[in-house]
Amino acid sequence: MHLYNLTLQPPTAITQAIVGNFSGARQQEIIVSRGTRLELLRPDVQTGKVSTIITSDVFGSIRSLAAFRLTGGTKDYAIVGSDSGRIVILDYDPKTSTFVKVHQETYGKSGARRIVPGQYLATDPKGRSVMIAAMEKAKLVYILNRDAAANLTISSPLEAHKNNAVIHHIVGLDVGFENPTFAALEVDYTESDQDPSGEAFNNAEKLLTYYELDLGLNHVVRKWSEPTDPRANLLVQVPGGQLSASDRYDGPSGVLVCCEDHIIYRHMDAPQHRVPIPRRRHPLEDKERGLIITAAVMHKMKGAFFFLLQSEEGDLYKVTIEHEEQDVKSLKIKYFDTVPVASSLCILKSGFLFVAAEFGNHHLYQFQKLGDDDNEPEFSSTMYPNYGMANPTLALPRAYFRPRGLDNLTLVDELESLDPIVDAKVLNLLPNSDSPQIFAACGRGGRSSLRMLRHGLDVEEVVSSDLPGIPNAVWTTKIREDDPYDSYIILSFVNGTLVLSIGETIEEVQDTGFLSSSPTLAVQQLGADALLQVHPHGIRHVLADRRVNEWRVPQGKTIVCATTNRRQVVVALSSAELVYFELDLEGQLNEYQERKAMGSTVLALSVGEVPEGRQRTPFLAVGCEDQTVRIVSLDPESTLDTISLQALTAPPSAICIADMLDAGINKVQPTTFVNIGLQNGVLLRTVLDPINGQLTDTRTRFLGTRPIKLVRVQVQKNPGILALSSRSWLNYTHQNLMHFTPLIFDNLDYAWSFSAELCPEGLIGISGSVLRIFQIPKLGTKLKQDAIPLSYTPRKMIVHPTNGLFYLIEGDHRVMGEEAKEKKVEELRRQGKEVDEEMLNLPPEVFGRQKAPAGTWASGIRIVSPVDAQTVTFIPLDNNESAFSIAIVPFAARGGELTLVVGTAQDTFLAPRSCTSGFLRTYRFVNDGRDLELLHKTETNDVPLAVMAFQGRLAAGVGKSLRLYDIGKKKLLRKVENKSFSGAIVTLNTQGSRIIVGDMQESIHYAVYKAPENRLLVFADDAQPRWTTAVTMVDYNTVAAGDRFGNVFVNRLDAKISDQVDDDPTGAGILHEKGVLMGAPHKTALLAHFHVGDIVTSIQKVALVAGGREVLLYTGLHGTVGILVPFVSKEDVDFISTLEQHMRTEQLSLVGRDHLAWRGYYVPVKAVVDGDLCEQFARLPASKQSNIATELDRTVGEVLKKLEQLRVTASGF
Amino acid sequence: MSSELRYTANTQLEHLHARYTGTGHADLTKYEWLTHQHRDTLSSIVGHPPLASYLAIADGEAIGRVKFEMTERMLQPCGPPPAKDD
Repeated sequence: MHLYNLTLQPPTAITQAIVGNFSGARQQEIIVSRGTRLELLRPDVQTGKVSTIITSDVFGSIRSLAAFRLTGGTKDYAIVGSDSGRIVILDYDPKTSTFVKVHQETYGKSGARRIVPGQYLATDPKGRSVMIAAMEKAKLVYILNRDAAANLTISSPLEAHKNNAVIHHIVGLDVGFENPTFAALEVDYTESDQDPSGEAFNNAEKLLTYYELDLGLNHVVRKWSEPTDPRANLLVQVPGGQLSASDRYDGPSGVLVCCEDHIIYRHMDAPQHRVPIPRRRHPLEDKERGLIITAAVMHKMKGAFFFLLQSEEGDLYKVTIEHEEQDVKSLKIKYFDTVPVASSLCILKSGFLFVAAEFGNHHLYQFQKLGDDDNEPEFSSTMYPNYGMANPTLALPRAYFRPRGLDNLTLVDELESLDPIVDAKVLNLLPNSDSPQIFAACGRGGRSSLRMLRHGLDVEEVVSSDLPGIPNAVWTTKIREDDPYDSYIILSFVNGTLVLSIGETIEEVQDTGFLSSSPTLAVQQLGADALLQVHPHGIRHVLADRRVNEWRVPQGKTIVCATTNRRQVVVALSSAELVYFELDLEGQLNEYQERKAMGSTVLALSVGEVPEGRQRTPFLAVGCEDQTVRIVSLDPESTLDTISLQALTAPPSAICIADMLDAGINKVQPTTFVNIGLQNGVLLRTVLDPINGQLTDTRTRFLGTRPIKLVRVQVQKNPGILALSSRSWLNYTHQNLMHFTPLIFDNLDYAWSFSAELCPEGLIGISGSVLRIFQIPKLGTKLKQDAIPLSYTPRKMIVHPTNGLFYLIEGDHRVMGEEAKEKKVEELRRQGKEVDEEMLNLPPEVFGRQKAPAGTWASGIRIVSPVDAQTVTFIPLDNNESAFSIAIVPFAARGGELTLVVGTAQDTFLAPRSCTSGFLRTYRFVNDGRDLELLHKTETNDVPLAVMAFQGRLAAGVGKSLRLYDIGKKKLLRKVENKSFSGAIVTLNTQGSRIIVGDMQESIHYAVYKAPENRLLVFADDAQPRWTTAVTMVDYNTVAAGDRFGNVFVNRLDAKISDQVDDDPTGAGILHEKGVLMGAPHKTALLAHFHVGDIVTSIQKVALVAGGREVLLYTGLHGTVGILVPFVSKEDVDFISTLEQHMRTEQLSLVGRDHLAWRGYYVPVKAVVDGDLCEQFARLPASKQSNIATELDRTVGEVLKKLEQLRVTASGF
Repeated sequence: MSSELRYTANTQLEHLHARYTGTGHADLTKYEWLTHQHRDTLSSIVGHPPLASYLAIADGEAIGRVKFEMTERMLQPCGPPPAKDD
């Protein structure tokens, strides 16, 4: 087996975000790390919409990002810390729209190791140096400078190591132009490692240490080190340094030390200031629990600065420092607003706040005000004795606030994110859909959702209006060449033409010069200010002064089809003749003296747009009934001569020539494509050679069951093609690469571009008798998402086999269930305490839920109708129970009646795993599965993490044991048990009498049930320990699985052993066989192995294309959706693996990670080709492309075609 | 191996041990080994974003909190060292 890995949807989580002027222009951009990808986002200052400018796979894991600007520079650079053991400085080149690696310095081993730097990055605010640190000990300082030619230079590293010290955080200090200084938060473990009494551990001090880079001596010294709060976790830079113009200080310099429950201002030789972190005044507050700051941002304005700190609950606090020159007078904190818990916060100078959410959608907010004059209580260090530092070991009295809706911020945009995908199912539930949908259970807590992902572009309808009849075509046109917007909509009916004018309203107009008594074949804005209408009996050339020049078709003939551009008109007559017209310089439309007989009825015609600065386009494509397409010259030297001919497999129904940019073929100039739609729904895309008119590089794609219509449209000011069949597809250029994506919209019979003031980039289409104007808001996306909100973090889901409903279990740790909450509230009321109802009913999707101690759970079972996108029923669980597994079981003892079994556990603790009791809850479906009725609960001694239907019974993984249960009147009855598993059973799969058991830590076991002896025996397992997360059976002997470290792998059992086990009727043979490697007697062989870089949470064998091959589709925690495609032939394997080898040598990783090492992070990559790397071929410079293609004995076009074919046949994407 | 080479190999080893914290040696105690393992694991969780997310979802905590608690635990992941007998 050989597999080809393709990412269909890259991860959508943002692990870090930085802001800066990366393009060097005036606007600011945001660079985000999506774990294994770097992306440049640009918020539009006017509309507030965030658009992705570039996205780049780095083939490595990004751990830290920092922006810096050299003194006096206008452009920011990005520094990336990753697992490559290298520091990389990136520059965004707006011309080519790429990240350029300016420097790449190796300092250590690769991998996210304890003492190899890369975890933390801190830059000097003046851009003179950068510190990169590890989790422990290692800190390196690089000096940044520029050389004589103003290029950025980087020094060799200076060490600032401290042995046996765990590093919590580092930050660059703002010291103006004094020596660059970095602050680090460290804990030394030397003593606590030596002291058996544990006293040293209890007295371990967390030190705030300043490291000064002496630029004169070129070395780093530990300048100052003082103990601070032992629960400090984060440092924030405080502005400082003198302005060059005046002697004023920007700020006091120093750092904010964010600790549990407190914020401390700290600086060398300066008094400390401490304020409490205000807490929510919630009736169910857990008083034991501390509150920490998890994200922070500092913003400098003219002459002032403030901080926004975010707590782990999502509350933003505004922190200000009052200072006189360098002396801090007070530190103040107040509640600002509540936004989703962020992994990073970015404030833009244009007044936006970008919140990269740690889970769920990312938000862009606009500042309405800065919370200066509101009634929020403010806490100042001056309110406490000795600025809150009278007794640093004691906590300050707690401060409280009431959370409320957004007041200072307004939400302006949202970036959809699937992160985290906890479980997913792929199946086709929608009517009239030929490809399956992906149902992903996403999100965390109150912001969870079940999302349906469909391949296609989202369409936003602007107007929809009914028409009196059913038109067969629609056009829009401008009146003059230089009009910004369209003026007319022309609708052609069977017996007439209707012209509508676009203004404030859209209404019918009469005196346009168009013939209204006849259908229309083509409409064109001609020359500078004329219009053209082609109808079956002639051509009307409407001049600017409404005079009409009409050319009439000879008696007995009609025009069957026509094609036009700004200067040329070609019509085909029913007598299979072509008539050619061209606009002369006076604006007269002249017929070419000869007509060309084609010999076969013409079905389709197309000319391209006139190239800039030219008189005409030299090529005409003619599709004839004899299943050919001919390229006919329109050049004055050889007018109407046939240049080339291409045979087709079916009669053509439409042709469209368009010049589009595809960087894979030509980086600079648009390529001329001839798109040929056939009557059987197949689209051929060929490249027209501009010199000799030959058609080369044909690619085919099946679009739908109806004959194809093709329309040239404008997409983002570039030409695109709309292909209409039983589905509508859009072919367009995005980020220099060609995309071909279906539209998720009703079938269109005809369409055209539409441009008006309110909808400058729209499309207009007709479906039946409805006229629709729409636009495509999110170009570049491939999956459309529709979300159904959930209450708690989804855990698992299952589909009912007949009624198409989803049964989903949700559960949140450290959250109180509704029932427990009510009890607690009642108790409080009994005690005579006042309960703030408003706080209790804060919407959890905005504010989250109040945190409760570990071991508290809120959980429930939800029935969802995915087609109607709504929840049918929600059944909350009581008694602090939480659901962990779900199965639908046809119990044979009940005549195969479908029963829902949910594995739950009460008072569960995660590490070490424990519960007071596990339960198997058995439910009967009532009301056609729209509701559930609890039959009984069966107690278990451990958490049932996996349940599954097995031969009319229930197979359950209860902690370390695998059991079979049958249904009884009052309980499930345990029939057989196997307790030989070492960790905990997390997945179950079955075929026949074989059960595939996924162990939490010990990979996959093959078990068999021998009915005659009622034995459950494990006969094979894996030689490697694996922390299994998701498993599926590829066939009877083969499993594909994902593990917790981001790998996917395929294991196979020897067929001989499989037969031998199946042939043994009692299982006595297996029972007496000797174990190997302290496990089962047989071991599976590793067939394929690949590191995805995201934790695989579900894997499924499914065909994504109607009639296509089955592939393995996996989803990743951070929102990745990918497929593993089996190769069909040995030649393909050889070809693609060789291509991959060549691509590897190109060293494309932006973080400098070795590709082979990355894909073989834990186990060497085996029998899997990285399709994402191979597809980078299209982005290589032309010379490299041709070098590689030559090595492969292919042309560049052939390589690209092969790659596209692999993608399209497997996924349809 | 000549004695001279053994000598240099040894100093190199010592040098390596000083340089690469967490490298094992012949006299490593069970406690030391375990502590190294735990510290490596904890820093690996903090260093791999998907792993930190995974734990945060399971535990119902913010990622920032998970990372902080993991880093805190690196100070003494396996309890105090066993008392020395001698």
